[in-house]
Parts: sequence; C-alpha cells; structure tokens
Amino acid sequence: MARSFSVRAQPGFTTVALICFFLLYLPIATLVVYAFNAGTSIAIWEGFSLRWFHQAWNNSQVIDASIRSVQIATAAAILATICATMAALATTRTRAYRGLTAKYAFINAPLMVPEIVTAVALLIVFSRVKIATGYSGLGYLILAHTAFCIPFAYLPIRARLEAMDLSLETAAADLYATRWQAFRRVTLPLLWPGILAGLMLAFVISLDDVVITEFVKSGGQDTLPTYMLGQLRRVVTPEMNAISTVFLAISILIVTVFFFISRKRDV
Amino acid sequence: MPSAAGCDDNQRSRQKERDVFSGVIVPEKPDRNAIEVRGVSKRFGIGENAFKALDNVSVTIRENEFFTLLGPSGCGKTTLLRLIAGFDFPTEGQIMLHGQDIAPLPPFKRPVNTVFQSYALFPHMTVGQNIGFGLEMLGKPKAEVKARVDQMLRLVRMEALKDRRTSQISGGQQQRVALARALAPSPKVLLLDEPLSALDYKLRKEMQSELKRLQTETGITFIFVTHDQEEALTMSDRIAVMSAGKILQVGAPWEIYDRPADRFVADFIGETNFLPGTLGAIENGRTTVTLSSGAMLPATLAEGYVPNGPATIVVRPEHARAIREGGDLRGQVENIVYFGTDTHIHVRLDDRNLFTVRQQNSRSRDCGFVVGDAVGVAIAPDGAQVLKD
Amino acid sequence: MSAASEAETRFEREDTRRRWLLSTPALLIILVAAVGPLLVVLLYSFLAPGSYGDVRWQFSSDAWFNVFLERDIFDDTLAPAWAHLSIFWRSMKLAFITTLLTLVFGFPTAYFIATRDERTREIWLFLITIPFWTNLLIRTFALQEVIRQEGLLNTLLLKLGLISQPIPMLFTDFAIGLGMTYVYLPLMVLPLYASMERIDFRIVEAGYDLYASRFGVLRRIIVPLVKPGIIAGSILVFIPSLGAYVTPRVLGGGKSMMLGNLIELQFGQGRNWPLGAALSIALMAIVMIALLFYVRNASRGGPTHG
Repeated sequence: MARSFSVRAQPGFTTVALICFFLLYLPIATLVVYAFNAGTSIAIWEGFSLRWFHQAWNNSQVIDASIRSVQIATAAAILATICATMAALATTRTRAYRGLTAKYAFINAPLMVPEIVTAVALLIVFSRVKIATGYSGLGYLILAHTAFCIPFAYLPIRARLEAMDLSLETAAADLYATRWQAFRRVTLPLLWPGILAGLMLAFVISLDDVVITEFVKSGGQDTLPTYMLGQLRRVVTPEMNAISTVFLAISILIVTVFFFISRKRDV
Repeated sequence: MPSAAGCDDNQRSRQKERDVFSGVIVPEKPDRNAIEVRGVSKRFGIGENAFKALDNVSVTIRENEFFTLLGPSGCGKTTLLRLIAGFDFPTEGQIMLHGQDIAPLPPFKRPVNTVFQSYALFPHMTVGQNIGFGLEMLGKPKAEVKARVDQMLRLVRMEALKDRRTSQISGGQQQRVALARALAPSPKVLLLDEPLSALDYKLRKEMQSELKRLQTETGITFIFVTHDQEEALTMSDRIAVMSAGKILQVGAPWEIYDRPADRFVADFIGETNFLPGTLGAIENGRTTVTLSSGAMLPATLAEGYVPNGPATIVVRPEHARAIREGGDLRGQVENIVYFGTDTHIHVRLDDRNLFTVRQQNSRSRDCGFVVGDAVGVAIAPDGAQVLKD
Repeated sequence: MSAASEAETRFEREDTRRRWLLSTPALLIILVAAVGPLLVVLLYSFLAPGSYGDVRWQFSSDAWFNVFLERDIFDDTLAPAWAHLSIFWRSMKLAFITTLLTLVFGFPTAYFIATRDERTREIWLFLITIPFWTNLLIRTFALQEVIRQEGLLNTLLLKLGLISQPIPMLFTDFAIGLGMTYVYLPLMVLPLYASMERIDFRIVEAGYDLYASRFGVLRRIIVPLVKPGIIAGSILVFIPSLGAYVTPRVLGGGKSMMLGNLIELQFGQGRNWPLGAALSIALMAIVMIALLFYVRNASRGGPTHG
C-alpha cells in the first residue's frame, strides 16, 4: 500500500528531535535516580535508600538556605508582580505617547544585560550602601531579585492585556462604571490568570537565581542555589542529588500549573 | 406640555427614568429633539497627519425615532456614534441631549447606552449579571436590579438562560443579551454600532424585526449605525447618509431612495443609471431634460435646486423598460443577468454609456431578448430626477 | 476651543499622568537595582584599584589599558594581554559554537513539535518548557555527573569495552560547549517553535506543487518563513552564553575560564575592581552589538504571515 505524501515531514527531523528530548532528560533522570542511592557514589548504584533525603533534611544549612530562598522568592515575586501589573496597565492599549518605547526598553533592560554584569554592578553599589547605612539584611537580595523578576512577570500580564477586548472596558464605562469600578469589576477579573502566571514565573526565576545572589549576598545569606554552588567545589555525595530532586519537583510543579494557566484558551 | 394624550404616561415614565438615573445628569425639560448635533468636527492626530473623521456635522434626532447613520466604512458614522456615547470627544461643536451639551461628559455620566458591534459582553459574568451591571453601577438596590433584570430577560425572551455564561450561548442570544444590557438602565438614547453584522443572513432578518419591536415597545430613541442600505431602508424612520465625514442627506427611507440629494447618495443606495442631459425651463421643481439621443424627458428636481445647462439625471433600473421599437434611448443588449425575481438587462447605449433595466420575471416566458439585440429603453413618467452635482 | 475639546485635553493629560504614575514603581526599581548600577560600573572602570578590593577615588585609564595590553614587568615593553584576549576569544568562540549547535539540534526539534497535531503538540511543548524553567545550576550539575571521570558516560563506555580508561571530559572547553548547548537548547527551541507554529502549511503544499524537493521546500520556504525565530533564538542563546558564569565554573573548573569567570576573579582574588568593571563594560559592548544586529534584522522584518 502506498503511503500518502506528508507535506510536513522532513527526513531525519523526527530522529534528531527525539534524541534531543532523550538527551535533555537523561542527565536529569540520572540525577534523580542517584538521589535514592544507598552508597556514597553518584555513579555506582548500591541499592535504594532515602538516607540522603534524611541527611539533607537534617542539614541545618540546607534548611536555612531553603527557607531563605523561599522568603526572598516570595517577597520578590509579589513585589515584582505588583510593579509589573501596574506597568503593564500603563504601557498597553494606548496610542503611542512620549516615552512609551523608552518604558518598554527600560522594563526589559534586565533581560538584555548579562547576569554577571548586573551582579558585579550590584556588588559595587550595594557594598557602598551597606557600609553607608550599616544595614546588611535580606532587603538587598529582595530588591535585586524584584528588579530582574519584573520583566518576567510583565510578559504574561502584558500579553493578557493586549489580548483583552478593549470594548469590554468601554462597555463598562458606558454602563455607568467609573474608571476604578471598571478596573475592579471588569479588567482585574479578566487579568487575573495573567497576574497569577506572572507571579509564578517571577517566583521560579527568583528561586533559580545563582549569579546575582552570589554577588549581592552578605555573609550567612546563602540561598539554596548559592549553597549548592559552594558545595560543588567539594566532593559531591548523593545528598546534592537529593536536594536537587526536591528542588526540581517543586519547580516542575509550579511550571506545570503555570503552563496550564497560560495555555488555557477561554476565560 | 404637549397636549397629546399619553402625556401623563410620558410624565410618569420620565419620573421613573429620573429615579434610574439618580447621580446621572438627566435633562429637565423634555424637548421633541432627543439629540442635536451642532457643528461637530472630529480630528484624529495633529498637524500634517491629522485625519478629519467628521467635518462640521449637524443633525437633529427626534424623540422615539429609529434613526440610522448609513455610509461606507470610514465615512465617520461610528465616530459620530462614539462621540454621542462619550468614548471620544469632539474637536469642535456641541452634542445636545434634550437641550444640554453632553459632549464634555465622560461616558459613565451620560444617560446613553451602547450595543457594541462585538457585543462586548463580560465573559466572566453570567447573562443576568451582564444585564444587571449598569443598574448596579448606578447604585440601585439589589431587589430592584433583580426585578429589572428579569423584566429585561422577558423582553428579549431569554428567561431560561439567566445563569449561563455568555460564552455558552449562541451569537444571536449574545446579541439579545447585549440589547437587554444596554436597555436595562432605560437610557434616553440607545446607540447601536452595526449590531447585526456578525450574524448570518437569516438571523439578521429575525433580529431586524426584533429590534423594531423593542424600539416600539420601549419607546426609546434608537441611533443605528450600518453600512447595509437594505437594513437601513427597511428599519429606519429616518436615515442620514454619510460620506467622508459629512452628512449628505437626511430623510425618510423613501426620500433617500427616490429623491437622492446628490450623486453619492444615488449611487450608494440601490442601483442607479446616470445619464447626461441638458435642462430646459424649470417650473415648480419640474423640468424637461434633453438627452444625448434627442429624447425629451420630464424630470423632477431636488427641493430648492435651481440649475441650468448640462446636468446629470438618475433613473432607477425598475423605472425603465426594454422594448423592441422606439423608446427614449436606443442601444444594444450587452448582457442579461438572471436574479430569480427579476432580470437585469445591460444595454450599451448609442452614446456608449451603459444602462441597466430591471424587469420583473414571469414564469411563462423569459425576458424576450438575447445578447446583441437592438433595444430601446423607455423611461417611466416621473422616473427621472435631476441630480445635484 | 469647545468645552468638549477642553475636556479631551484634560482627559488626555490625566491619562498620561496616570500612566506615568503606574509605571513609576517598576521603572524606579529597575533603575535602582539593574540599570543605574551599570553607570557606576562604567565610572569604576576609570578609577584606580584599592589595595584590598574596591577602588581609590582617582582617575585612571589603567583598567581599560589592561583589558587589551600588558606592560612587561622587566623591560617595560608593551604586549597584547594574551591572557585576557584568549579568554575573550574563547568566550566568543564557545558562545558562537553553542549558538550554532543549539540551532542545528533545536531546528529539527522545534519543527517536530510544530508539526504534531494539536493535542500531542501541547505535551511536547510542555516537555521542552520544563527544562526551560528548571534551575540552570541543577541541570549543569546533572550534566557534570554524567560526564565526570567516574560518571555514567565513562562507566558505560568502559563496560561496553569501547574504551580502556575513562576519557577526561570534565574541565575542558568541550565540557563547557556541551553544557551550554544542553542548558540553552530550550532558549533556541521556543522562539523557533513560535515562528513555525504560524506557518501555513498550504504554502508548503504549494511549494511541492511547484516541483520543490523536500530540501528545496526546507531551504526556500520554511527557513525564510522562520527567519525571525532563528534570529531571536540565536540572540537568546548567544547573549547568556557569552556572559555565562555558572556553566563554565561547574564544568570548566579553574582551567577553562570564560569572560564571566574572569570578571568574577577581579572582584574576588584578583582584587582589581576597575579591571573587572572594564571587562564588564567590554562584555556589555559586545552584547549591545549583537542586540543592534538583532534589532536591525528584526525591524527589516521577515515575511509577515498568519
């Protein structure tokens, strides 16, 4: 039987794609598997065990760093999302006005600058401020994280606003809603999925950051990623795998929720 | 006070409306004119690139009238509607609602509601919540809102769908919800921006008579925007034909069709033949036109129009007949197009102009001509009108 | 001026003011904690280094001088700063190779996803999105485990008898290139996919109808249509690759350094903040050139469709 001619097929593309997917997940799968290794090696399998999860759980440094990571990510994500929502409302669905393009460029600037450059820039500035004010708390990290999270939170919120039918707010105004009532009753409920998506993106981005945190943190302010980066210099045990596995699981959970929120077509 | 019967009714309904619009400015003295547009211009952009969407437009819309703004896309009809609704501000001029200039007011302070082309139903609310939105924003008590919502649902025959999401109902039903929502706060004037354009042919016909019924039942002034001349002719009390930011003619449908003020109106509404001719003496708005063939035709003139010398006259295809011998004009059959109810015969006149004749079909015979036949065109008495150019 | 046009002017002024007020918090935070400090970096690159890090407030062009040249400590002759230039070269080379590799592997992958039917496409897309948003450090670490001396790859190859002793892969340029290709692949696939998703395959059909071969259709129809995606993906991969810090640190060790690590060194053991600042600005300059190239290509625009 003759197979019908497929317009979409290209020779070898499927093979390359499947290999890519396989290779993309192979290291991650290996990492997760060896987290359950009973032995101390991250290459030789010695049987199933949860000992490394126990060890990580009882490692106060790990727990401290985790709590700090979550604290920073929560604060930064909320701040960034509020700022991004306001900025998105200010920069969408309008005639071009003076400064609009500049605003776009400015809001997206953190995406354009290599992380290492931002990191040293903040190191320079914050080290001065720390000396000048004597304050060396988590505020610096939260501020830095908020700044680079804003463009990520801005992205889905802006997309949602752009896709929203402008005549809905016009209709609200026509039906005697004041500007604030129209925002509260029409814009905000419809924007909500975008805000939620932005919040989660910002949270994950903040949680993942290594470079900027590494340069901005004061002594004893390790987050989980910077703690892990420090540990990688030493002999690595499956404890790292265990920590990574938990971290991965949380990230994937958030990304999954995000994925389904942003992919949802109807309102 | 007008001495008409139903004056009491009028007063009572006015009182009711005032209740609805507490907090919203309601004009005190009723006037026969609902909306008076006075010398309104609207420019978008500034300087060299400015685009004049409306150019010194004046028009008066009467109370309880079904008034249509008709014109091709980009003629300014939607702009004018948006100015009345308050979504845009006029660059010049005033918009009077019962004698008060509402042009500087924001939309939420105007007792005017809109049915949007896209319906603009709130997707996160139910049908009932959509309809009640306006009253809720006016701060009406819950019970009153509920009663009014139910009343509106009955009016548009949608009682069963009150708790549905707007995404779960059909296009025609969405249309009804949009209407009910806009009518619920009993506006002074209802604005409709091409509300039927998204519906298919049959549903459109249905909604046309539905709209007409709602207008009669509610007694609210409707301002209807469309580019569909047939829709305009069948539904309106009066029509304003617009082109390039100007109102060309305002009149009842028959006036627009039979007494077009100028070439654009004649061309835009229905099919028309244009013929060059020379005018004779004018008497009581009537004259005699000498065509290029030498034939003399009696013709009417637009009111107050006193031209002389060469002019253009219009003849509707149904006001002419194709005949074998004689006729006011002679030519050759160039094409025959069958339309079911009637047949169009395109005649290439001896002066090389094209002339279309519409002939009613009959079951027993065809039109009687074939392409290439020599043919005469007989124009009905009173069938010709001199155009303002 | 009519009352209405006055109202319009007032309304527009209010609208503009509200828009500025609403964007102020975001702009302010980005100014304070992202863009503003870059200016301080520029300033620092023209100061003299302090003895224990930081700077002395004294103008000096030494940092910029040292980026490119070095003075011999014995005979005072000038020579190119090979140590720095080789790292610049390595960074550019690795970033370029990474971009190329992600394109070679990413293109078929994106095409594969884009040509699935609605439902399965979502699943494949999801699978590529997960690595995109999961921790880069963890993914780098995962790869390190696979390619290390006693890692999975060497163990496997030994067991299969293909090699007699482990191949040293870690801490080489190869490891960095592989690592960056691995971690940045999704950054290439996603914009490519976004472009491909919009292809109207009736156009491809028309190509075949007009006697194009499979390769002809790919080269003359598909690639030109997804050119905006190719450019966007390349920029998205090239910029972080050029400034990469974590991947070369974890996979390159101290031996194979990239610009990011060189900059860090100046702020750490090197204690030469002005030099680090100058190197940062140099890195920024290269990134700006790449972005300018992107903007010019993007504004000239690929074909618009869909």
